[in-house]
Amino acid sequence: MSVLVFAENSEGRFKKAAFEGVAFASAIAGGSVTAVVMGNMDATQVAELGKFGASKVLHYSDASFNAMDAGVFAQVISDAASKVGAQWVIVSNTYTGKAVAPRVAVRLNAAFAPGIIALPEGNTVKRSVFSNKGFADFSLNQSVKVVSLTPNSYSFAEGSGTATVESCSFSPAGNRVTVKEVKKAAGKVPLTEAEVVVSGGRGLKGPENWHLIENLADTLNAATACSKPVSDVHWRPHSEHVGQTGITIKPNLYIACGISGAIQHLAGVSSSKVIVAINTDKEAPFFKAADYGVVGDVFDVLPRLNEAIKAFKNS
Amino acid sequence: MKILVCVSQVPDTTTKITFTPDNKSLNTAGVQFIINPYDELGITKALELNEQTGGGTVTVITVGGADTEPNIRKALAMGADDAVRIDAEPTDAFFVAQQIANYAASQNFDLIFTGRESIDYNGGQVGGMIAELLNLPHVNVITAITVSGNTGSVERDIDGGREVVEVATPFLVSAQKDLCEPRIPNMRGIMTARTKPLQVIAANGSDKRTEVAQFQAPAPKAGVKFIDPNNMDELVSLLHNEAKVL
Ligand SMILES: Cc1cc2nc3c(=O)[nH]c(=O)nc-3n(C[C@H](O)[C@H](O)[C@H](O)COP(=O)(O)OP(=O)(O)OC[C@H]3O[C@@H](n4cnc5c(N)ncnc54)[C@H](O)[C@@H]3O)c2cc1C
Ligand SMILES: Cc1cc2nc3c(=O)[nH]c(=O)nc-3n(C[C@H](O)[C@H](O)[C@H](O)COP(=O)(O)OP(=O)(O)OC[C@H]3O[C@@H](n4cnc5c(N)ncnc54)[C@H](O)[C@@H]3O)c2cc1C
Repeated sequence: MSVLVFAENSEGRFKKAAFEGVAFASAIAGGSVTAVVMGNMDATQVAELGKFGASKVLHYSDASFNAMDAGVFAQVISDAASKVGAQWVIVSNTYTGKAVAPRVAVRLNAAFAPGIIALPEGNTVKRSVFSNKGFADFSLNQSVKVVSLTPNSYSFAEGSGTATVESCSFSPAGNRVTVKEVKKAAGKVPLTEAEVVVSGGRGLKGPENWHLIENLADTLNAATACSKPVSDVHWRPHSEHVGQTGITIKPNLYIACGISGAIQHLAGVSSSKVIVAINTDKEAPFFKAADYGVVGDVFDVLPRLNEAIKAFKNS
Repeated sequence: MKILVCVSQVPDTTTKITFTPDNKSLNTAGVQFIINPYDELGITKALELNEQTGGGTVTVITVGGADTEPNIRKALAMGADDAVRIDAEPTDAFFVAQQIANYAASQNFDLIFTGRESIDYNGGQVGGMIAELLNLPHVNVITAITVSGNTGSVERDIDGGREVVEVATPFLVSAQKDLCEPRIPNMRGIMTARTKPLQVIAANGSDKRTEVAQFQAPAPKAGVKFIDPNNMDELVSLLHNEAKVL
């Protein structure tokens, strides 16, 4: 089966989600796949995709593809999909992927499923719906199928394959979006792709106490997140707000500190693999959604947890 | 500007989600339907943009049955000028996008708003599909927008930050939190909404590309294991040996 995967890079480096997408695509294909890479990138880096199951990479290396324009990216990806006669097109469900994938699906007359969380079974794919309060199996009823994969959904390993890189060019049609200014967020690890997330709620009492969250996040190489009221009062930037009206995340480990566990908050985090809740109130709703609970004061527990993890990492 | 805002109705955020016994549909008994929160932001921002320039119209469009009309009236009460309802059950995102694109194709809108995603099916797909069908540029998950002349300056969320982009009208944007505070209808708005035009149009075609085979409730959690707050070594050991996440 012919499968095409769009491997996203950020400033010339692949994200983990790109490797995950290639490995996932290769599992669907039952063998090697073709990957699309856009924008400036070092050729040896591009060839890295071979280790995850790509035998061929179509590199559209024009510098104008460094900035994301969904309409333009969709034209390039569908051009590549037509070239290889792809029956499945795989995109990561990142901000870029979310903007691009529906347009690719329209261009290819394809059936589309956003944010799937497991390998397809035949024509059926699984994704979470109703803000993580349920799952749905969707059947994709077109001969071409486009899916975006939720990061951290598929476990994969690095292999030893190699990919040939073909340099491609493409002149997009239509009106374009131009990037004027980039404002990078403070956190080092992007929240949507983080494997570990440390999150704080109103129980932290104020922004001056966030070093407790940040120190633990540093030790764990984790991203930081927060509840809605915390970003509403600007203790933390809005980009950290998780939940039904914020970002949905799916890390391996979510540590909720001083967060009550309201249904709207859980909607954004409940598909985390493992949840630890720390709360002074043993009746806090978060304990119903958590795997491990600590009934205690964050001011007391967080420094101790941080020390315990440091000790573990050094052992 | 002539602005179109796409509005979907979704279960209220506090809804406890359950499925019918055949697991084919959502149990709607007792569920209250609201305007998708991101669409309230789109409506509000569209009104604000036109208020700044002192002209233009805001049209809202919904693909849905007659049961969506109370929410359409609410959108009119917020200040939209007129409404269109495409009379069909919205059972597939492409179908929805195609209905809206069909309508918009002949109307020459300067700007189209959708929400970042619906809070029910969470697809985040209708906006991009409409843009592609109409061959328009689109900017997803936007947190600020100004338009001067025919140039839009738009701030969007990207992985690991935000970015300001420029794009010429006509274009489509998807509203994200932070774009504005949703407007609450006042008494006068509610009164005038009753007489504002609401046009009902029959759906055109039935091209459905996906279908829900089955819903599932999330697997119940095994139950929380409590750890002594004075014994964080035990938590670390459980996370390492039992949960295998460290
Ligand atoms: C339409 C709508 C959408 C919403 N969307 C979201 C969303 O996307 N995300 C979101 O997060 N919320 C959302 N909310 C808000 C949500 O309902 C809750 O109000 C919110 O999540 C509560 O935040 P919190 O847990 O930080 O604060 P609180 O509810 O005030 O909880 C603070 C918790 O900290 C504990 N605590 C206090 N002191 C300490 C201490 N020293 N040590 C340890 N624990 C302590 C308390 O016991 C309490 O459980 C939404 C609400 C609505 C109506
Ligand atoms: C009874 C019923 C059965 C369904 N069965 C299926 C099914 O079998 N397969 C399937 O894929 N989906 C099904 N759906 C879901 C429905 O198709 C989705 O609501 C629709 O596909 C939109 O996709 P989304 O929710 O992912 O929207 P998103 O793309 O997340 O929505 C983003 C934005 O698009 C706009 N928008 C979305 N929907 C509408 C609308 N109806 N009118 C106007 N603007 C809109 C809004 O601005 C919204 O904020 C069903 C829904 C219902 C009510």
